[in-house]
Amino acid sequence: MTTQHVLSLLVENKPGILTRVAALFARRGYNIESLAVGTTEIEGVSRITVVVSLDGLPLEQVTKQLNKLINVLKIVELEEETSVARDHMLVKVRTDSSTRSQVLEAVTLFRARVIDVVSDAVVIEVTGDTAKCQAFLKVLEPFGIKELVQSGAIAVSRGSKSMSEKVLR
Amino acid sequence: MATETLTGAQALIRSLELLGVDTVFGLPGGAILPTYDPLMDSKKLRHILVRHEQGAGHAAEGYAAASGRVGVCIATSGPGATNLVTAIADAHMDSVPMLAITGQVNSFAIGTDAFQEADIVGITMPITKHSFLVTRAEDIPGVVAAAYEIATTGRPGPVLIDFAKDAQNGKFEFSWPPKIDLPGFRPITDPHGKQVQAAAELILKSHKPILYVGGGVIRAEASNELLALAELLHAPVTTTLMARGAFPDSHPQHLGMPGMHGTVPAVTALQKSDLLITLGARFDDRVTGDIKSFAKGAKVIHVDIDPAEIGKIRHADVPIVGDAKVVILMLIAELKAQMKNSRPDYEDWWVFLNGLKERYPLGYSETEDGKLSPQYVIQRIGELSGPEAIFAAGVGQHQMWSAQFIKYERPNSWLNSGGLGTMGYAVPAAMGAKVAQPDRLVWAIDGDGCFQMTNQELATCTINDIPIKVAIINNSSLGMVRQWQTLFYNSRYSNTDLNTGTDTIMVPDFVKLGEAYGCLAIRVEKIEDVDAAIKLAMETNDRPVVIDFIVGRDAMVWPMVPSGISNDAVQYARDAAPIWDGDE
Ligand SMILES: Cc1ncc(C[n+]2csc(CCOP(=O)(O)OP(=O)(O)O)c2C)c(N)n1
Ligand SMILES: [Mg+2]
Repeated sequence: MTTQHVLSLLVENKPGILTRVAALFARRGYNIESLAVGTTEIEGVSRITVVVSLDGLPLEQVTKQLNKLINVLKIVELEEETSVARDHMLVKVRTDSSTRSQVLEAVTLFRARVIDVVSDAVVIEVTGDTAKCQAFLKVLEPFGIKELVQSGAIAVSRGSKSMSEKVLR
Repeated sequence: MATETLTGAQALIRSLELLGVDTVFGLPGGAILPTYDPLMDSKKLRHILVRHEQGAGHAAEGYAAASGRVGVCIATSGPGATNLVTAIADAHMDSVPMLAITGQVNSFAIGTDAFQEADIVGITMPITKHSFLVTRAEDIPGVVAAAYEIATTGRPGPVLIDFAKDAQNGKFEFSWPPKIDLPGFRPITDPHGKQVQAAAELILKSHKPILYVGGGVIRAEASNELLALAELLHAPVTTTLMARGAFPDSHPQHLGMPGMHGTVPAVTALQKSDLLITLGARFDDRVTGDIKSFAKGAKVIHVDIDPAEIGKIRHADVPIVGDAKVVILMLIAELKAQMKNSRPDYEDWWVFLNGLKERYPLGYSETEDGKLSPQYVIQRIGELSGPEAIFAAGVGQHQMWSAQFIKYERPNSWLNSGGLGTMGYAVPAAMGAKVAQPDRLVWAIDGDGCFQMTNQELATCTINDIPIKVAIINNSSLGMVRQWQTLFYNSRYSNTDLNTGTDTIMVPDFVKLGEAYGCLAIRVEKIEDVDAAIKLAMETNDRPVVIDFIVGRDAMVWPMVPSGISNDAVQYARDAAPIWDGDE
């Protein structure tokens, strides 16, 4: 079985950069588990977090090929032990008067938050690593998940060093 | 800094001039019209009007491959741009420095399915080294300079610049040089000293090394350094299809070309070697055959400017990222230091290799239908033209014979479509080469099939005084495909008959076609006329020449390793595998 790896890319915020990155995965036959993009502390520089299920040679190839993209400034693999990764989920769960309290109990247990309540449903927001989010979903499943929205994982290294150090000459 | 008010179109032309570009191959249309206007006044840029944009693309490639300088092609939006796609893909596969300039609809119309709008940046993303869409005039100098830098630095390749029409028309204050802003582009040219040291150690420990030389050595202009390295070590050399000419064929250490149609000595040397000294080569499947059984006993030193090539196909024991020229020079110095006065002893290895060379020289058998042997014709073209000439080939049997039977002595004398295998490359590439190197004799050695894909550029050659010589190796068929049908499909010839031979309806008649284009065109059917025809072509320089060589259609390319099979199974001729000595 292949393991999941978190790749963090600093890229120039130029038109088409997301297409270039995504197309590279597609063309070389590599699957993306999740992808998240956003701006960073440096103007004009965006950060892409990609989670891939690849090992060994293909992982090395994809990293090298990504590095060849002119607008890619830096790539690092964020190892589980030395970094933090978080998923963000919004879940709309079916509730009624008999189940609501059970759902709210789960929310407290998982340190999630209710952000909207109507008579037959609640919208819950949860943040955490993939395992926690998946466990939470398992708990909610029996009540009926009406809608699920997930961001891709975002990740950062532990400690004081920043990925953007030494990027801009 | 002094500035000058220019339109985007004027700035584009000026930028190209300032970068030292002297020739562009192209064909105008609506979206690039603003640029064609100042182009008309340029004293420094020669524009050559092609008859099809694919021709412009291959001409730019031929120009680049013959001279080492950037080739430039230019087309309008939509169909003009898409007609460049094949040539761009070709340049990408063979690492040819190229700028492809396209017009685009007005920036405010982009995305509306406007007339002749095509997302050429999107279409070419996987086949360019990089691409730019320019929507503002003031961005033009910086983008053109950046594109040039990317195309020529590190591993060369094609860069596309798509200019919206309003960017060409807009006015701004032009100044030069612009700031090139490429923070993510940092090719590594200088290798790690430690790696070079490790490579030298491995070489001196090996008993059966081989220099496996690829096209990167030609792009890096490292032929002289390669020669010095090879002679220092007295190691055998093999040059891939892309590297023919990187090492002189006349050199006794040269074993010839490896791969599917490589020489028995080259293929076997790789298989039996204990160390591949890989220089600017990429373990292409046409070289390795079945990768699992390729050079099984060999360690690998892999030198490449592109880190992604290292370990892509074959694990490298000593990976070295760097420019081939720089690496080879460092390696020579390191080897000399480590060798002191002793030379590595490859005596037994040479006994084995020389035995192979003796027993399995390149050869061919005469045709059975009395027609010319294609190999003979090609060999004579090479012998009469000499090593200073340039030879561009199409794709197919004639290409392989040209790689085998012409003796190359210098880099940039052999141009072909190796990676993509593009039929139609030869005529426009020869045209581009002749423009880049007007004093050289330039041959297009083409197939009757390939020739029919891009022969319209003969009009361009005649009108622009570009006297190339075209040798059509006319076997009246898509010969290479037919060869596979003979060998692997029970001689069932599905759709490979072209009807261009003398015993067919001869459509088209290549002599009449050549004449229609203003060329000197002749047909050669007899062996005694071959030399005279080649000499006539060499003497004729007031127009292009087309020679229709009528050759036997059953001639095959040998040796051959069938696709996907181990290189151990190389066949010298049909059903004739080489015999190995004892435990070898
Ligand atoms: C554009 C393109 N289409 C198809 C092919 C497949 N193909 C490879 S060789 C070949 C035959 C070429 O025929 P010809 O030019 O007559 O050369 P010959 O093999 O007969 O010397 C074909 C069709 C190709 N390489 N390129
Ligand atoms: Mg043919």
